[in-house]
Amino acid sequence: MSPAPILSAFRQALGEAWAGGAGALLPLGFFAGAAVLVPLGIGTEPGMLRAVGPGILWVALALSSLVTLERIFQADVEDGALDLWLQAGAPVSAIAAAKTFAHWLTAGLPLALMSPVLALMFQADADVNLLSGALAYGLGGLAFFFWGGVGAALSATVRRGGLLIALIALPLYVPTAIFGSMAVSGAAGTTAAPLLLAASTLFALAVAPFAMAAALRLAAD
Amino acid sequence: MGMLSAFANPHRFLALSKWLAPVFYLLGAGLIAWGLWQGLYVVPKDEVQGGDIMRVMFVHVPAAWLAMASYTAMASASFVWFIWRHELADIAAKAIAPLGAVWTALCLATGSIWGKPTWGTWWQWDDARMMSVLFLFFLFLGYMALRAAMDSRQKAARAGAILAMVGAINVPLIKFSVDLFTSLHQDSSVLTAEGPKMAAVYLWPLLMSGLGHSLLFGAMVMTLMRAEIWTRRAARQRARLLAGA
Repeated sequence: MSPAPILSAFRQALGEAWAGGAGALLPLGFFAGAAVLVPLGIGTEPGMLRAVGPGILWVALALSSLVTLERIFQADVEDGALDLWLQAGAPVSAIAAAKTFAHWLTAGLPLALMSPVLALMFQADADVNLLSGALAYGLGGLAFFFWGGVGAALSATVRRGGLLIALIALPLYVPTAIFGSMAVSGAAGTTAAPLLLAASTLFALAVAPFAMAAALRLAAD
Repeated sequence: MGMLSAFANPHRFLALSKWLAPVFYLLGAGLIAWGLWQGLYVVPKDEVQGGDIMRVMFVHVPAAWLAMASYTAMASASFVWFIWRHELADIAAKAIAPLGAVWTALCLATGSIWGKPTWGTWWQWDDARMMSVLFLFFLFLGYMALRAAMDSRQKAARAGAILAMVGAINVPLIKFSVDLFTSLHQDSSVLTAEGPKMAAVYLWPLLMSGLGHSLLFGAMVMTLMRAEIWTRRAARQRARLLAGA
């Protein structure tokens, strides 16, 4: 096996994400847009926004990952890139993981870095550590992208697969969303939550690539 | 493996299920009827569990048992199909999914009906078991939607098996994560280390009702599987005729 196909898939995914002008700004715009709709919908009372803010950011992050992932494998099925990968001599699971990781780098990590700004807009308390919050959103986003990648690979041959990805991936998002919101809430009895969040992300990284590989072999048939 | 292969023979399955399914239907209906009669009219009501409303237990607990058992059965069948490619295992997984979803929905609905008078609310987000069962329901829906979206039977089987297995290894984690929420649901009182601590007057109707629901479920799975086997045979026959013409 050689690492060349893995690196080229990684570079190709990065290029895809930056193509089309807006690049990584597009998911950021979606994330911010989804988040700022909330005060318009539920009202602007600062205490309430402070309470719901961290949770809203988790929901916006999950939605952004689903929107981003819809076409990551579909294009490869259509233009034949998938068939080349399957003959490339590198493990398909590693290629799928590299691609998903590249999409997290361009569409997940920027959201995590932007989360302190949105947290401030949601009236976060001054003593809340926004940077550790950003770390939690980054870790949780990585798990979201890998489970969402399983849904994307399974529905790679399905026209309008976006809603299907959401239905498939949402139950898999549950542990990460729960541990993540506990970790950023900082409430009593949640000291283990950051570790559990990291564990759920590691679990996704360990399991999802093999499921994606099996699903991509199916998509290529 | 020898035993599994023997069960994997569709001819043998058709011959066996032809008389086993009606037996299961009759026994299941009889046991459910007896359990309901005992539960609704005979056993005394339990004021701690909300009075007469606790009688919904004789549907709720069997439904909860089947919700979990059916997902386990579907994931096991998917695993068997994925490894050994026994067509019957895929037929079983496909048949279990809609029935499992129905019993899971029944569990959620009866739980809500029990919750309203006893806890004062139809739905309790803090409750770990309600959440687990809800996500189980979503897993069933996703499985069915994915199968329906595939353009061939073989692809539906493969995609479904992958998803069912991914779901199954996630179930313990989902369960653990929602358990972290505080639960105001009462603890399990049938399955405890010291044996059942429920009064025998409730236990027997409940166990018989659970057995009845399981038999009914098994009978319906067999009916759906038989229909699927004949559908696939008809499709093959049609393809042969078209090829010969």
